[in-house]
Amino acid sequence: MANLLEMKGMSKKYGEFLANDGVSISVGKGEVLAIVGENGAGKTTLMKMLYGLEQPSSGQILLNGKPVTFSGPLDAIANGIGMVHQHFMLFHDFSVAENIVIGHEPKKFGFFKRNDAVRSVNQIAEQFRINVSPTKKAGDCSVGEQQRIEILKVLYQGADIIILDEPTAVLTPFEVDELLKTIRFLADQGKSIILITHKLREVMKVADRVTVLRNGKVTGSVSKTETTSDQLAQMMVGRKLQKLNERDNLDGDTLLKIKGITMASKGEKPLLDKVSLTVRHGEILGVAGVSGNGQSELIQAISGLSLVNEGRILLKGNDLTDQPVEARRAAGLSHIPEDRYLWGAAKDATVEETGLMGSQRKPEYNNRSFIQKRAFRSTVKEWINRFEIKASSLEEKSGNLSGGNLQKLIVARELAFKTPFLIAAEPTRGVDIGAMEYIHDALIEKRNSGDGILLVSSELSEILALSDRIIVLYEGKIVGELERKDANEERLSVLMAGGIENVPTKKTSETS
Amino acid sequence: MELFDYSLFVSAIRMVSPILLAALGGALCARVGIFNVGLEGLILAGAFSAIVGNHFTENIFLAVLSGVAMSVVVSLVFGVATIHLKSNPIVAGIAINFLMLGLTTFALRAIFDVKGAYYDKDMAGLPKVHIPFLEDIPVIGKLISGHSPLVYVAFIAAVVLYIFLYRTVTGFRLLAVGKNPAAARSLGLKVTTLQYGAVILSGVLCGLAGAQLSLGQVTMFTEGMTAGRGFIALVATMLGQSHPIGIIGSSMLFGLMDALSIRLQGFSMPTQFTAMLPYVITILAMFFLKDRGTDSLAGQQSSR
Repeated sequence: MANLLEMKGMSKKYGEFLANDGVSISVGKGEVLAIVGENGAGKTTLMKMLYGLEQPSSGQILLNGKPVTFSGPLDAIANGIGMVHQHFMLFHDFSVAENIVIGHEPKKFGFFKRNDAVRSVNQIAEQFRINVSPTKKAGDCSVGEQQRIEILKVLYQGADIIILDEPTAVLTPFEVDELLKTIRFLADQGKSIILITHKLREVMKVADRVTVLRNGKVTGSVSKTETTSDQLAQMMVGRKLQKLNERDNLDGDTLLKIKGITMASKGEKPLLDKVSLTVRHGEILGVAGVSGNGQSELIQAISGLSLVNEGRILLKGNDLTDQPVEARRAAGLSHIPEDRYLWGAAKDATVEETGLMGSQRKPEYNNRSFIQKRAFRSTVKEWINRFEIKASSLEEKSGNLSGGNLQKLIVARELAFKTPFLIAAEPTRGVDIGAMEYIHDALIEKRNSGDGILLVSSELSEILALSDRIIVLYEGKIVGELERKDANEERLSVLMAGGIENVPTKKTSETS
Repeated sequence: MELFDYSLFVSAIRMVSPILLAALGGALCARVGIFNVGLEGLILAGAFSAIVGNHFTENIFLAVLSGVAMSVVVSLVFGVATIHLKSNPIVAGIAINFLMLGLTTFALRAIFDVKGAYYDKDMAGLPKVHIPFLEDIPVIGKLISGHSPLVYVAFIAAVVLYIFLYRTVTGFRLLAVGKNPAAARSLGLKVTTLQYGAVILSGVLCGLAGAQLSLGQVTMFTEGMTAGRGFIALVATMLGQSHPIGIIGSSMLFGLMDALSIRLQGFSMPTQFTAMLPYVITILAMFFLKDRGTDSLAGQQSSR
């Protein structure tokens, strides 16, 4: 197959740091190329060079066999290359159609023909079977819909090569399947797709070929049919992945008990509706659900970030229902929050300060209310070594760390409290495979030592890999509970969509 | 004399035009994501230069033009500071305000060799426009007709700006820049050019506002004669939610208060009290101001 696009020997240096080192890739017409690699492997840098956002230090880009150089995104767009960014570039106050046509608006005498815009959006949406409502405000659209807007935007700009940067990171499992279908359909229509991701399941589902990057170099370029996801993972990480720690069977006593908690604003549908659950010592309870079905509220209720309207929360028999966060933490709770920037860290605090948060009153770090940074420093250094956190120094602002590294720091901090109960909300969001492995191991280890964990995750694979028991939240209610041995992706997906009635043999044994 | 009578509204219309013009300028800047606190200084520069132009050329058209030109120059200073050098627009705007207050006072001494105010009885102000037919209509006639040309320019500018922002492609892109500059840049929109364009246009509008102030209502320049109108215009911008038609409404409110405060002096109210009126309204208006945030820029992190 003739290559539509070829990048040869691409290198990019940031100061002393070689982000890309002689990387070569090629894509044919109608082909889906997946570029996989851990965070910091150089995937995004490579794509930025292709999209004209960064200038390569050396290397050549060939389009239809002819060398080209792009001085900016406009050049790339003009040459039929479009990019769907990981963080959507949308105008929330503008309509869907406006968001799609911006930059190439249909016009007459300089006047914007909005009706024509809606018409052409409908047309292109139909052509590529991508469902959007053109007159809706982009800000009112769901995440999946916003992504479809982005894809339509690059199609409208006439892209033949579409770069998708971590497109599934923000999507629910259903939306992921929809997206994969769309990608396949686009490829069948003759579009070339470059998919950047570190989720191998998706790669194996949709890609034709896979190029693996590690530390800025290509470590493998294979056709999908000739590889397995284990082999890809090995190429990504550079070593064999271990199996998850063996889980010991523990029959612990009740640790956390929640009785019928309800959270609701006046006159509105309750966000949490009489939720009861138990977490025992030595158990990981997984909470599955499409995000926005009460998971955040559940976490906040238990951790004390918001108060419940009714119901009780008991940890080791102590009633924490009306206790403030500090008292709850003192009673034996730690919390890896779902949003690391909002709840987990202060962006402007240094790495060291972020690590210290929550321990500032411990006598070993606190001398008459003066913080003993020196005493603390060695602990943070140990975390950095153990979790391979990439930080230039302890003085670096935590907001400058990449998301995955900050997440590792927060996980390390919360595990270090050694509390009997841990809330782990999206513990591996945005984290690469190596670190994910590490965090999962650490969670299992904590469980095996007899502690209880409430795991909230939108990644079904994570829930399935770690949990001893799984509950499914739907519209603030527990709609199902599965034992580890009974759980699989299909059953969970059905429950997550609220479709209890479709499972005749369901068992929603109320835990008490 | 009555408190509310016909001539009160006539003078309100006259008072409203500097506020309206400047507020439209402020709105343009707000729409590209620059909060222009320097309106006051820009108006002052325009007012002074219009008088200077009038003095030297004795041509009213050239006088207005020189007012506009000077305002544009000052707005460019503001633009370079905020867009090119990326300084904080609030700080830059306040600097512009104080700079112009000092500079006009100084130039008043240097050029006219007077202190406090310059007035020349032979100097012609802006002519009054009498619209045929319309002015013969009872009641409305006097309200609409017989103002300085800049009063009409102000209202026309608002309508033109509305059409520009909501009907043209360039206006659409300008709005886009203000709502999400990162996204606009990623699309290859000319963000910097559009921002400079908006700042320069706000200079033009503020220059006209200044000219109306020094040549329209009276024909003189006094130190600090804007007397906070730039800030009132800023509030009008916010109250009108940077929407041209909304700004007509909010400016009218402030214009009416301005006229009313002068009228109240005729009722032997202390001037200090009556001068307070527009600001009281401003504070009241603030209560009703809803925070109309631009697109949230959350999640600007990127992986490499």
